[in-house]
Amino acid sequence: MGQAFLDNSLWRNIYCVLAGDSASCTARDYSSGLLPGGMEWLAFLLTAAVIIGLVVNGVLGGVIVLIWGERRLFGRFQSRTGPNRWGPFGMLTSVADAIKTMFKEDLVPAEADRILFNLAPVMIAAPALIVFSVIPFGVGTYVADLNVGVLFIMAVTSLTTLSVLTAAWSSANRIAILSALRSVALLISYEIPMALALVGVVMLAGSMSLGDIIAAQGIPYILVQPLGFFVFFLAALAEMARAPFDLTEAESELAAGYLNDYASMKFGLFFLAEFMAEISTAAIVATLFLGGWKGFDPIPSHFWFGAKVIAVLFVIIWFRMTLPRLRIDQVLKFAWKGLFELTMINIVVTAILIAIWPQPTTAQLWAMAAINWPVAIISIYIVSKLLGTSPYEQTQPDPNSPIYPVGSESIPASSVLGAASISSVGAQSARSEGGD
Amino acid sequence: MAIKTQPVTVNLGPQHPSTHGVFRMRVMFDGEEIVDVEPVFGYLHRGSEKLAEERTYTQIITLTDRMDYVSSMLNNQAYILAVEKLAGIEPSPRGVWLRMIAAELQRIASHLVATGFLLQDLGALGTPLIYAMRERENILDLFEMLCGARITNSYLRPGGVFMDAPAEFWPALDRELDDIVHTIDELETYLSGNEIVFSRTKGTAVLPPELLINASITGPMLRASGVDWDLRHRAPYDYYDRITFERKLHTASDNYARYWVRIQEARESVNIIRQCIEQIEPGRVRPSFDDVPRLVRPPEGDAYVAIEGSKGELGFYLVSDGSIAPYRMHVRASSLINLTLLRDMLIGGQFGDLFVTFGSVDLNMGEVDR
Repeated sequence: MGQAFLDNSLWRNIYCVLAGDSASCTARDYSSGLLPGGMEWLAFLLTAAVIIGLVVNGVLGGVIVLIWGERRLFGRFQSRTGPNRWGPFGMLTSVADAIKTMFKEDLVPAEADRILFNLAPVMIAAPALIVFSVIPFGVGTYVADLNVGVLFIMAVTSLTTLSVLTAAWSSANRIAILSALRSVALLISYEIPMALALVGVVMLAGSMSLGDIIAAQGIPYILVQPLGFFVFFLAALAEMARAPFDLTEAESELAAGYLNDYASMKFGLFFLAEFMAEISTAAIVATLFLGGWKGFDPIPSHFWFGAKVIAVLFVIIWFRMTLPRLRIDQVLKFAWKGLFELTMINIVVTAILIAIWPQPTTAQLWAMAAINWPVAIISIYIVSKLLGTSPYEQTQPDPNSPIYPVGSESIPASSVLGAASISSVGAQSARSEGGD
Repeated sequence: MAIKTQPVTVNLGPQHPSTHGVFRMRVMFDGEEIVDVEPVFGYLHRGSEKLAEERTYTQIITLTDRMDYVSSMLNNQAYILAVEKLAGIEPSPRGVWLRMIAAELQRIASHLVATGFLLQDLGALGTPLIYAMRERENILDLFEMLCGARITNSYLRPGGVFMDAPAEFWPALDRELDDIVHTIDELETYLSGNEIVFSRTKGTAVLPPELLINASITGPMLRASGVDWDLRHRAPYDYYDRITFERKLHTASDNYARYWVRIQEARESVNIIRQCIEQIEPGRVRPSFDDVPRLVRPPEGDAYVAIEGSKGELGFYLVSDGSIAPYRMHVRASSLINLTLLRDMLIGGQFGDLFVTFGSVDLNMGEVDR
């Protein structure tokens, strides 16, 4: 058994209880294991199964709680009570919903490509789960601490779009296709600022491993990298299609977008994946920018991590409840003309600061924060002024205008009979009714 | 190599979350751009105009409630004014003041619904809609005090209203007027300065005023283009000539201007109601049955009366053959006529703006299809 695995206390605890004979386990005070000698391979398999079961079921439980919490919060934001019938404070509502979803009829459209149609829900749920394998939930509690953890997260989260495209294409629905095209456009645009926003974090920590990044955070990186956090958070919202970038599932335009034709548990899997993506995004933000599981001592690290994730989730839900949706061209403009430039500024400033302080101590991190915050505020202000919509030049009609006199008794016939404008109305009425 | 592309035709509605009822559009897209729109409606046709030919003049009031079901009082008012003109009925002053108060409250409620649903179409997931609806709910409570009904009021009768307001109505109305001003302030701080709302609505679906006039479009849509046309001012009915109010205009004629005009009009309606409360006089709320019998029998002839409804000029045309039922009733439904420029507004625009533009027209399918 490699040393890398045994650094992981979650893994070590289970593995060494099963196979206590190996040298590394006895060195750490584990007595003889439950399994006889020479069965390390079985101990390895059992440990892997237990850990996968723990993570998957933990995430699914988290989703159930999140759906309940989100609906309760929606209720609070909209001055109503939210679900409160099933269980204490309505906590069993999502359980009831899950059971209902499973027992619904599983409809497949006649023209659907059945193989891809059935594959798409699995394809979307798998990457949403895989992301959790690199996230440290507490001290030594992770599935794997990859040395390219940040890169792994970027790669896995972009798989979601592939499954959205598959789902839309296979269900042979035009509205779904429109939604999937939007999804691809969003991904291509927001992947870049999202990745570039993390460059600052990686430069500061000197590593792509999430464990090392947490260890390097003498103070949470949200203080040192305000611009990086701002861009990453917005890009992550777009990446998982949350308000104000929820174009793929734009309820008031596309009904349900790419999952229009899905029913029963296939729909349930999409729903699940969406909320898993929400939790994983919150977990990534908490890990990279809020110090992960770090906190004050008497409270265990897992609680710190959970509290930070819940705080980020609250902000995401708050955004969703408050903001209207942007249009597709505005969303893309925001990514390329706004966020991209901000990440560039962030990278340059961080690079200069790293050149000055190559191995920043906590005091030097505070100094970096003192420089970065003014930079962030000024650059965000400038970008918002450049991208913002200019106000109207004139809103009130000219009282002396000859065409539409304000307050006079009649509108002159000359203005009514503008010949140029009649043609447009004529074209309207001349159009045939069409065969219906 | 050029990629071969072709426009896609998509059917939106009649079952769709944001078609404001059962409206259907066949839309042709080129990517996200709208190439062609064909509206299809008639799914909510109930034949109200034909049904009216079989009913007495008082019974028809209940039919008018169900035309534009978010502004029933205004429908009642337009119909009753047409009956009064047809039969030559002199209304009781207190009844007229009461129905003006009811109509202006209804106008506020209708504009709140329009604003709330516009934000819903913008994708704000219900929060502003519920804020607007919460205030409308209080207005409906006032209607319940007046006539016992909330949506389908049937409050007005030829010559006035059917019942005087109870004593507790007046303090409740005062409180409610303050609340409405507060809610409108709240909505405005949330919406008018919101960058997303502004960038989504500014400069979209612009209509030139000439086109609006030629297409006979009225109401907030017309005033948002800078044309000063409000029937309460141009052709005062009831006692609007004794009231002074500002006509809110905007010149941009885009989605934002239409939203802005509605919000400001709701504010102005509060002022109108306050003036009505000052000027209301005691007395009968409707003439005695000796003067206006239950079965109105107008002389042969016809009458057309238009009022400033919440969505535009709402007109009722009645033809009498001297019997207890009209020979013919026709409604000039502003929702339907405001819809005629839908193609001009949508073609060339973005898919994302389709339902926002649709919401800014503020139509009601009950009135379009009747």
